[in-house]
Parts: sequence; C-alpha cells; structure tokens
Amino acid sequence: MAEIKLENVVKNYGKLEVVHGINLDIAHNEFVVLVGPSGCGKSTTLRMIAGLEEITDGEISIGPQVVNELPPRKRNISMVFQNYALYPHMSVRENLGFGLKIAKQSDAMVEERVGEAAEILGLQELLDRTPAELSGGQRQRVAMGRAIVRHPEAFLFDEPLSNLDAKLRVQMRTEIKKLHQKVKTTVVYVTHDQVEAMTLADRIVVMKDGWIEQVGTPMEVFNHPVNTFVASFIGSPPMNLIPATVEGAEIVFADTTRLPVPARLESHISDGQKVILGLRPDDLTPEGHGIIESGQKASMQLTVDLAELLGTETILYTQINGQEVLGKMFDPREVEPGESMSFNISLDKVHLFDAETQKSVRLG
Amino acid sequence: MDTKLKKRIGKIVSWLLTFLLMLVICIPGLWVVLTGFRPNREVLAKPAIWIPEELTLNNFAQIFGFGAEQIAIPVPAYFTNSLIIALTSTAIALLVGMSGGYAFARFRFKYKDTLFLGLMLSRTVPGIALSLPVFMIWSRIGLIDTKPGLIIVYVALNVPFTIWLIDGFFRQIPKEMSEAAQVDGCTRWQAFWKIEFPLAKSGIASAGIFAFLTSWNEYALASQLTRSTDSKTLPVGLMDFTAQFTIDWAGMSAMAVIIIIPALILTFIVQKHLISGLTFGGVKG
Repeated sequence: MAEIKLENVVKNYGKLEVVHGINLDIAHNEFVVLVGPSGCGKSTTLRMIAGLEEITDGEISIGPQVVNELPPRKRNISMVFQNYALYPHMSVRENLGFGLKIAKQSDAMVEERVGEAAEILGLQELLDRTPAELSGGQRQRVAMGRAIVRHPEAFLFDEPLSNLDAKLRVQMRTEIKKLHQKVKTTVVYVTHDQVEAMTLADRIVVMKDGWIEQVGTPMEVFNHPVNTFVASFIGSPPMNLIPATVEGAEIVFADTTRLPVPARLESHISDGQKVILGLRPDDLTPEGHGIIESGQKASMQLTVDLAELLGTETILYTQINGQEVLGKMFDPREVEPGESMSFNISLDKVHLFDAETQKSVRLG
Repeated sequence: MDTKLKKRIGKIVSWLLTFLLMLVICIPGLWVVLTGFRPNREVLAKPAIWIPEELTLNNFAQIFGFGAEQIAIPVPAYFTNSLIIALTSTAIALLVGMSGGYAFARFRFKYKDTLFLGLMLSRTVPGIALSLPVFMIWSRIGLIDTKPGLIIVYVALNVPFTIWLIDGFFRQIPKEMSEAAQVDGCTRWQAFWKIEFPLAKSGIASAGIFAFLTSWNEYALASQLTRSTDSKTLPVGLMDFTAQFTIDWAGMSAMAVIIIIPALILTFIVQKHLISGLTFGGVKG
C-alpha cells in the first residue's frame, strides 16, 4: 500500500507528444479514476505507472521509491486489463497463483492466498475451469482475483468493464467498489465512462489531449467544473453550453433573450464580457416539475421539440438562442411535441465560462 | 423421369467421378507401396502379374544390408544423412522463424513491412533457379558434398515460411497476455516462455513439420550439391537404383516407402495441430 506520485511526466511516441508533463499525487488507499475521451492519454498514463510504457521525461514514484527505471515486475503493482488477459492454457487456480509461483512462494502460501482471493470474489466453484469455460463477468472476477492475490502496493484498472454488457457492468462496478472497501489499497482506474468515474472515485482526474483538465472529488468536478470541457464531459445528459454576452446585470443571448446574472457570480464578470452559459438539464425544468423549487430563479417560455421518456424523468429537447438545449422534467406527465411550456432556470446552479479561455469565470 | 431418380443418377455419377479421380491420385502411391513388398521377378514378369502372388520383406532387408543378398547401395548412410540434414535445418529454421516471427508480430521497427514483403518475395523464386550460382559459390568455398552445405540451403528455403507462419500465430495472442505476465512478476523472457510460447506452440510445431518435410523430400537442389555418401540424401539415393540397362524397381520402391513413412506420420501430426488451433478463452469471448 502506497501513495503514487507523478511529477512532470511526459510521454512521446517518436516526435508526437501524447502526455504533456502531468502532475498528480495519489494518496495511500485512495481510489482515483482517470477519465477522458479516447486518445486523451489516460491509458498511456496508467501504463507508465505500470511500467509497460517508458517515461520520456519526469518522475513517477510508488511509495518512497522512484520507479522510472524499474520493470513492471519490480513495481509491486497489479493490473486488470480491458480484455482480462487471462492465461488461456491455465486453470483459474493456476491463473490466480501464477504471480505467486513466479515469486517462488511456497505451495502452502499460494494455496492460502488463492483460496482467500477466491473467497472474496466468489470463485471457489470455478477454480478448476479454464478461462474459455467462464462467462464475461466470471473472467472479469478472475482478472481481479489475479490482481489481489499478490497483495500489491496498488491496483491499476484499464477500462475493466468496457467489454461487459450494460447490466453486468453496473453489477461489476458495485463489486469493484466493495472490493476496494474490503481490500484497502491504492487504486488507479481508467475509464471513458463518466458514470463509472462518478460512482467509483474518491477523486476524479479529467484528462484531454494529454493534459489534466481538473482533479477533484466527484462532487467538486460535477458542481464546479473548471472549464467547458469538464462541464460537458461530466454529467449525463451533458451540460448545455450557450454563448452569451454580459450586459450590466444581465446575460444576453444573440436572440436578445435575457437572464439575470446569478448573484454569486456578479463579482467574477465584467460588463461586455463574452461568456458561455453552462446549464445542466437538471436545472432547466418545467414549472412544477423541478427537484429544488427554492433559490434564485428565472423563467423562460420555451417550445418542446421532442420528449424522451425515461421513467422517473423525461428529457425535453428545446431551443434557446436557436441552439438545441436539453431540459429535464421530474415527475413527468405526457408532453406533446410543439407544446410551449414555462421553464424554471435555477440561477444558483448556472455556470459561466469565459468565451475566450473556456475557463470558469470563478477562476478569473 | 421424376426428380428423385434424376437426383439419384446425379449422385451416382458424382461418386463415380470422385472414385476415378481418387484412383488417378492413389494408384501411383499404391503401386509404389505394393512393389516395395514384391520380389523383382514378379514385378518384371511378362505378361504382367496384376494381383501380387507373393509378398516379402526381402527388399527392405536388402537395402538395409540384412539377409543373404546384399545390394551395393548405402541406404543406411543416406538415411542418416537425410535425418541429420532435415532435423538440423528444421531446428535452425524454427529458431530463426520464432525470433523473426515474434519480432514481426510484436515490435515496431523501420522498414518492417518492406522486410516482410522481401522475405515473402524470396519464396516466389524457384529454388532450382538458384542452383547454378549456389553450386559455383559452394564449390569455391568447399561446401559441395557436405552436410552443412545442404543444411544452409534448406534453412534459407524454410526461414521465410517459418517466419510467416509463426508471425501469424503470435499475432493472434494479445500482447496484454505478455504484459499481464510481466506485471505478475515475469521478465520479458519468462513471459515469452511461460505464456506466449505455450500458446503459439501448435503454430510453431506445424511450421517445424512443414520445414522438416520440405528438407526431407527435396530432390532438385540436393541432386546438384551432393556427390557421395558423405551428404547424399534419400531422394537422391533413389537414383542409385537405376543402372545403365536395368532398374531395380522393387528395391527402389522399398526405399520410396522408407522415405514416405516419416512424411506420412508427420503429415497426420500437422493435420491435428492445424485443426486443433488455439482456444482463446483468456480474452473476451
């Protein structure tokens, strides 16, 4: 068990720089999720921590030791791969015990640890099968079992759930969370799925194009995104981003629709500033169908183009400033396309980003 | 005519054609095997005796130098030469093929595609077209009529093929397997021997068998590059049974059977390996 530290870590493939000097401190026993669209460098970062990719520049340490030059086997970490990478010619028992056998542990010790891992993950019945005889979820559990038997300093997960179907994914997500609570260890988890990131992480690291955009708890990242990228990436459906201009105490869209500037953001903006208004669908709700009905509000008459019923809520497609905007209707009723409704906007929840820098105006 | 009858006749005709075709393919082989077990006087009898009246192992005893009658052809020496040359060249071709195949499957390097294409193109040149230059060079450097001379030629003949086949098998094994093993505590070398090699084993075995058969059966180049019992192989030795005016058909056939048997056994093994393939339960199904 250990903390992991990345200092100015750079990765080049030939002349192409894919990770641009990132810094990250992962605390002892922390569950950190690296999230971002494909090609953002999250898997490369994980593979550099594992030692499967060389580091072009910078320093990675696990615990007190700088591991830049250490091969994977000397880093005392274990990793779960996207395609599980179980050894097909070995039984589940041999798969689980492989790492310990390589480390020349005694047979008794191997048996004890394999038994312990099998019990944690409910694999006792499957120990004598080969990977080919297992279902997707079972293979996933064996892959996790192989990771925990060695009692490593840290677990690395590389999109471990992306090969599973939706239902199993939710189930395994819970199992991973439970596993972390049972086996207290530092975890670095890579995913492109923001829901996985939100549900699993102690802290989320949002990455894009080889840069870290934001690091924070799921709540911080969701409630205070530092820029438009994080704002639109975290949350589903994504945050609506509408360009506007500040005029005095009002935010004015191109079609001259106006909204009052939220009181808490007044001091962060200046008259005439071009901004992007960020509004989560949850905070754009038809009158009488919102979650929180208190706080500073504005209302707007909007025409619903399309309604998507999800059960407990309905996603409403409407337009502000000629741009498609999504709203949410909690406790829904039937909505006809073309129906005009009065929407409430929770101004307390509105985000403002500078149009030029794309950064939250709170950050100056 | 109703359609049922038509179908039946069609079936019979196709069976007949298949039978005729199989006859054309099988009869020479059958003739060789049968002749190997018949006395020469029966083989050469006129009018021809179609159904063998007497079967004997004399021909085999003779060519290996047992029994009363001896023949002047050193078959045991040829057999040993064939075995040494085929096994050694196969082992080398496999070693090179494994390293090359692994490199092509796993690593990125400059001119990789060109190199691979070049190797494959070398297969398009018929070996016999190179026999004259090889003969001249070998005679200058003293490799004519030596086992190493023939081994080198066969390695060159087999390496492109073994690389190509083994590359394909390694490509099928996800590189994450080796990475998982490395994270699990293996060196790259251990990961290869404990994980990747066992998974590619059947591919490597079939490459080896193909290489062995190529060397074992090769006649054209061997007939140019060998002279004496030091290096002559079985297929070349087969020609020793022809004299100016006579051919010892029975002896020659017996020797042909000796050549065929290992080839036949190995062919069956290849079949098993190629069909069994690999079971990839280790990755997503």
